[in-house]
Amino acid sequence: MENDLMLRIEDLHVFYGGIHALKGINIEVPAGKIVALVGANGAGKSTTLRTVSGLVRARQGKIEFQGIDITRESAHHIVEMGLAMVPEGRRIFPNLTVWENLLLGSYTRRDKEEIKEDLDWIFRIFPRLKERVRQKGGTLSGGEQQMLAVARALMSRPHLLMMDEPSLGLAPLLVKEIFNIIRDINQNGTTILLIEQNAKAALQIAHYAYVLETGSVVLEGRGKELLENEKVRKAYLGEE
Amino acid sequence: MTWVSFFQQIMNGVSLGSLYALLAIGYTLVYGILGFINFAHGDVFMLGAYFSFFMIGVFLLPWWLGVIIGVALCAIVGMSIERIAYRPLRDAPRISALITAVGVSFFIENLGLVTVGARPKGFPRPELMKNVYILAGARIQGVTFWVPIISVSVLLVLLYLVYRTKMGMAMRAVSKDMETTRLMGVDIDRIILYTFALGSALAGIGGVLWACKYPQINPLMGTFPGWKAFTAAVVGGIGNVVGAMVGGFIIGLTEIMIVAFFPGLSGYRDAFVFTILIIFLLVKPSGILGETLKEKV
Repeated sequence: MENDLMLRIEDLHVFYGGIHALKGINIEVPAGKIVALVGANGAGKSTTLRTVSGLVRARQGKIEFQGIDITRESAHHIVEMGLAMVPEGRRIFPNLTVWENLLLGSYTRRDKEEIKEDLDWIFRIFPRLKERVRQKGGTLSGGEQQMLAVARALMSRPHLLMMDEPSLGLAPLLVKEIFNIIRDINQNGTTILLIEQNAKAALQIAHYAYVLETGSVVLEGRGKELLENEKVRKAYLGEE
Repeated sequence: MTWVSFFQQIMNGVSLGSLYALLAIGYTLVYGILGFINFAHGDVFMLGAYFSFFMIGVFLLPWWLGVIIGVALCAIVGMSIERIAYRPLRDAPRISALITAVGVSFFIENLGLVTVGARPKGFPRPELMKNVYILAGARIQGVTFWVPIISVSVLLVLLYLVYRTKMGMAMRAVSKDMETTRLMGVDIDRIILYTFALGSALAGIGGVLWACKYPQINPLMGTFPGWKAFTAAVVGGIGNVVGAMVGGFIIGLTEIMIVAFFPGLSGYRDAFVFTILIIFLLVKPSGILGETLKEKV
């Protein structure tokens, strides 16, 4: 079983100044699966992903990626090892063209030929990006920017793709499209760790999910199970 | 004023402006990425002239080789300044970095005064720079002719590096969003070092060309050109590479034209440049080509 684990977070504590943002959480992401983190604002979902990707340092605890301890690893090495993140709010480089944004996603790679093939593959999944390849990232619509953010992360050929609120601020139709794409990416063999406020959509596609509340995991289980959980329905799906 | 002397003045202005442009790039690159003014930049310019002076005059290297080594040393100094003085302050308030930059500037200037002395030294100019050319009836000095040609070539190389290479792409990305650039797998410390190396090398080239134009060098020679190049960077739109070039030529031409058309005011040429700086900071702080400044979150 050990080898089938893509990511293991063990007793992770993170502080922002004096604020105890993560209070010893344990999360496991099996290879090939979609795992979702759900919870309200400020529950510590983004902090978890930011700590895993090396942007924030843990005070205590351990993060293992494919069996290797990455708790103190620098952000760029973590990307190189095959862990990519789609940041919250898309964070497209507005001054770079769509093409350059994608190339920057492949920054850690040296295999020029395969990068080209991957670009072709990206343009098959996201034909809209191909039409706008010479445009500056800042001129794209919100939906297109989200596509670009996902495509850019895929360009590093990640084994594990972490996504922070990919559906935030998108029209319902686009939300559906994004979730279809996430499922496709996963079926192509990429493991996914997903954060969503849209708990319903996330739990529907997730194989497994964790519910976070003020820095702790309060509930975990298979996605479908949590969808039916009384507490989850009340707190996150807005049902009585 | 005759047409010939007007042409001569234009050449002078372009020549001076191209030097300001070379120097302004360094200010704009650092500001674009780290958000503070590297006040030590003018002193790296001075070091370029001194390093080359020692390579040529003391170690008796051929002129071109001495200059190459001098410029390379400037790049190393620039990287060292970043590594030692600025990197520890990366997460500190920007005012701390700014004050540190002033400190580094004083340090380099005074180190120069102590080690090589305040007395100006004669800079060895190659024959090429001493020649006088007759161009369309105007007598053009070798320096006036060659300085803009060399500077513009260097600026074209810079534009290539910034807009057509992977490293340049990463530089432009870092200047917009440091954190997301890290998520792309970019080692931003390396990119910032590279930026300092690039800016400092340009300052070094500027210092050597300046010394060819005004062949008396002293440890404080970088101060005024530095301030004027900073003005050029602001006028062009600080953070914008093309803007720094445009600003450099504008400041150079303005300064020369003031002297040419109003010889009586020539004593105020520096004051005039800084008046432009003040006006821009008051009226259009984003400069000619800069975007409207948005507060970084």
